[in-house]
Amino acid sequence: MSDNDIGQRVKKIVVEHLGVDDAKVTDEASFIDDLGADSLDTVELVMAFEEEFGCEIPDDAAEKIVTVKDAVNFIQEHAG
Amino acid sequence: MFDLSGKTALVTGATGGIGGEIARALHKQGATIGVSGTRKEKLDALAAELGERVHVLPCNLSEPEEVNQLVADAEKAMGGLDILINNAGLTRDTLAMRMKDDDWEKVLEVNLTAAFRLSRAAIKGMMKRKWGRIINISSVVAQTGNAGQANYISSKAGLIGLSKGLATEVASRNITVNCVAPGFIETAMTDALNDKQRAATLARVPAERLGTPGEIAACVAFLASEEAGYVTGHTLHANGGMAMV
Ligand SMILES: NC(=O)c1ccc[n+]([C@@H]2O[C@H](COP(=O)([O-])OP(=O)(O)OC[C@H]3O[C@@H](n4cnc5c(N)ncnc54)[C@H](OP(=O)(O)O)[C@@H]3O)[C@@H](O)[C@H]2O)c1
Repeated sequence: MSDNDIGQRVKKIVVEHLGVDDAKVTDEASFIDDLGADSLDTVELVMAFEEEFGCEIPDDAAEKIVTVKDAVNFIQEHAG
Repeated sequence: MFDLSGKTALVTGATGGIGGEIARALHKQGATIGVSGTRKEKLDALAAELGERVHVLPCNLSEPEEVNQLVADAEKAMGGLDILINNAGLTRDTLAMRMKDDDWEKVLEVNLTAAFRLSRAAIKGMMKRKWGRIINISSVVAQTGNAGQANYISSKAGLIGLSKGLATEVASRNITVNCVAPGFIETAMTDALNDKQRAATLARVPAERLGTPGEIAACVAFLASEEAGYVTGHTLHANGGMAMV
């Protein structure tokens, strides 16, 4: 998977789940502070990433995924 | 009303008096059910009685690993889990001063901790499907108190707290979490009372009779239904007027 491809897919999931404008979903955007997610939304996003990329995101790693870029980086390192 | 066709439900303690009736009621409303307990022969007998749409899922709720596996097994067998009924429960009655740590821990483990673990596992799939019902079987004594049952009462009051906490977290995803709190119900447990004990029990019940397992199952069927979607964090008391709360 190219980095770009992962980035696009992550952003698509974020747009769908949070119902936000895709222009707002920048690499640096924080799910909670910038995109209006609540804690339950972040759990759902992690579940959606796991499903999309077929990887498992353990709870301690999930807690560190704060921005769009954090998610992309984790998936790049762990998705098979 | 209260149609459950196409829904999947897991009932713990389905080998018991009340759990068996809950399983029958949900099945009658059209749900596909998973029945759980430790006595496999009893589960098989219930499945044989009900025919189609029944899955036997034995599990010892004292074993954390088995508990953590149960929801996954239910989802696999039924293709998902929409409705979770935490009904299994046990007592180890004795005055608090004589109560051993083990009496306390065993009761809390099965009655409360297992309900938490099953709910935690079930909520994941419910969130994805944006629909779910969790119903915990509490007891009137959680409200009134009773001598010799500090462990049991703590577990049953704990279920009410657990329900409220979970209900708040997941309400926005169309998942409700409620309790049913039975009073004195006709089961093997109350059959064992002698005439004097029975009379003393009934003196506390304005309805002047014990409740039936079917009357508890009906409360559960209601809370499991689409129609009950706006009821959450609630405890539905079915006790013949013994405690009006
Ligand atoms: N009867 C009443 O008057 C009354 C009043 C208020 C509340 N309740 C509550 O209603 C619920 C059902 O009670 P009931 O009267 O139907 O009691 P019951 O006939 O004694 O049934 C208890 C059920 O819990 C299951 N269970 C116990 N320990 C277990 C374990 N370690 N692992 C898995 N399952 C376990 C039993 O399954 P196995 O036997 O297969 O292990 C059985 O199916 C209980 O939570 C009880 O506290 C009952």
